Amino acid sequence: MSGLRRPVFDRLLRLPPFLWLTVFFFLPFAITLKISLSEPATAIPPYLPVLDWHGGLDGWSSFLEALNLDNYATLYADPFYRDAALGSLGYAALASAILVATGTPLAYALARAPSRWQPLLVALVVVPFWTSFLIRVYAWIAILKPEGLLNLVLLRLGLIGTPLTILNTDAAVIIGLVYAYLPFMVLPLYAVMNRLDPTLRDAAADLGASPARVFWSVTLPLSLPGIVAGAGLCFIPMVGEFIIPDLLGSSETLMLGRVLWTEFFSNRDWPLASAVAVLILAILIVPVVLFRDSLQAGEEGP
Amino acid sequence: MSSPAPRLILDGLTKNFGTYRAVDDVTLALKPGEFFCLLGPSGCGKSTLLRLIAGFERPSAGRIQLGDQDLSGLPPHRRPVNMMFQSYALFPHMSVADNIAYGLKGIGKAAIAAQVADLLRLVRLEGLGGRRPETLSGGQRQRVALARALAREPKLLLLDEPLGALDRGLREETQGELRAVQRRLGTAFVVVTHDPEEAMMLADRIGVMEAGRLVQIGPPTELYRRPANRYVAGLLGDVNLIPGRLGPHEPGEGRTVETAQGPVRGIVAPSLAEGAAVVVAVRPEDLVLSVEGLPVTVTDTTFLGDRLRSTLRLPDGSTLRASTRPTDAAIPSGAETRVGFAAKAAVILPA
Repeated sequence: MSGLRRPVFDRLLRLPPFLWLTVFFFLPFAITLKISLSEPATAIPPYLPVLDWHGGLDGWSSFLEALNLDNYATLYADPFYRDAALGSLGYAALASAILVATGTPLAYALARAPSRWQPLLVALVVVPFWTSFLIRVYAWIAILKPEGLLNLVLLRLGLIGTPLTILNTDAAVIIGLVYAYLPFMVLPLYAVMNRLDPTLRDAAADLGASPARVFWSVTLPLSLPGIVAGAGLCFIPMVGEFIIPDLLGSSETLMLGRVLWTEFFSNRDWPLASAVAVLILAILIVPVVLFRDSLQAGEEGP
Repeated sequence: MSSPAPRLILDGLTKNFGTYRAVDDVTLALKPGEFFCLLGPSGCGKSTLLRLIAGFERPSAGRIQLGDQDLSGLPPHRRPVNMMFQSYALFPHMSVADNIAYGLKGIGKAAIAAQVADLLRLVRLEGLGGRRPETLSGGQRQRVALARALAREPKLLLLDEPLGALDRGLREETQGELRAVQRRLGTAFVVVTHDPEEAMMLADRIGVMEAGRLVQIGPPTELYRRPANRYVAGLLGDVNLIPGRLGPHEPGEGRTVETAQGPVRGIVAPSLAEGAAVVVAVRPEDLVLSVEGLPVTVTDTTFLGDRLRSTLRLPDGSTLRASTRPTDAAIPSGAETRVGFAAKAAVILPA
């Protein structure tokens, strides 16, 4: 009896993820893809062509023939979009590099902290999530603006004579990205480092390695899956990031997320905006495929 | 490989973890080139003692000295001592050759390569230098760990359960190899093990640990024949313990003990006073079934080829285990006989 029932039950259990993906990813993506192939137009829906559901095969063929790549041609021809794509990749790459440089020692310190302190320290890394992301980014405006907290402290300490201009520069965008994504770098890396066999460090020290050499030759190479996983987890969403460049960046900060928002809501050019959305997805397929193995490795440990 | 080897001296070494005393006032002087085994059940502090010598733990009190060098305050990477870990702790991201070469620095690439080749030959792993540790068998990994620990030509090698992860057959073969390597290099070895047979097979001397203390140190035969207490007697092999009271002084080293079954004789430590509660410890193979001695009933006999194992019941209901040479006239179960033993085969211990 159970031998018959089990497979049916197992199959039912597999259904929710498929339904979820269909309803919340494949269908919206199909709609976005269709709009991106429609006639460029600055108006509300419907976008041409419209599928004639009652036209049978002819309706389908005339629909498919009317779809075109005009919006993608625009993206290709206008250097603005290419610059935005390259800009997004550049910001995300620089921020990822800084995240690796800052997140690695932080995660290592967490993993080496006395074990009774670790739950508390890990909780402290996560605590910022209890406040709205938007509010935390606004807080950075208060810190970075010319009369803000940072300049105030630096002026009082006599380190600078005139306030620094940080807000609405590339530096502010990078600071915001690094701040917002640091937990996503630290947590997978901590998970990997925490599971490293401590006797490997003992063995290295026993063989004459100084603490620095132990870190470089044993801990760091064995943490590489966590570093790649963390960098991937940060890089991918940073490419499409909108709020941070919009609030902290200047009008010249070119990132795809911002362009997307402008096309949708300011220019109301949904077909072109949809093409940008598809472009972001296409750009991110490459790192997702590259990172897939190490993302799994980061979850499962070395 | 080794110049006049310096002696390891532990002096009043103590390690507390909070209120728990893992190592309690251990004093020990190793002989140069000695193969020394620390024997005891898990949790007796033997591994902590090894980690103290290696430098992974700081002593709460006492001193560790190697030759005329005081090691107590040195971090592990500055100590002329190496350790082979129970889990082997091979670096998974390095080849076998790179693992072995890890401790070799500043002697030039060619010299390192030559030394790695020598070490691979020593542990009979020629040609496996390019392999990753995970592609090796358990026995091969054990030998890589040994080669890596020997690479820096330590003045003292510490081995934590070096054969613990190997299966039975491989263990016996590897015990012999370990002894051979130690003899060839003349390096002093300190091996931690919970296996009494392994300790007796490997060691020149054994130190038995109980609850953080070193309770007896001596060659395997001495520990087996003249255990200092019931714990050591029971740890090193099967033993019969017959309770009684110590009789008066007699000339010679033998003394009589009055037991419920009658008087028996054994060898006694001078510190025990007349009338003290004692046990007479006799190994099963030292019991002789004959016409004199304590009256017993044979309740069970098992033929094991080279010996006959019998269970003997004393009149008060307690039992003795005897291991005798099988004879043509096997004594049937239920037979009544007497059991005796030579006074020099029995040790009188505090109860």
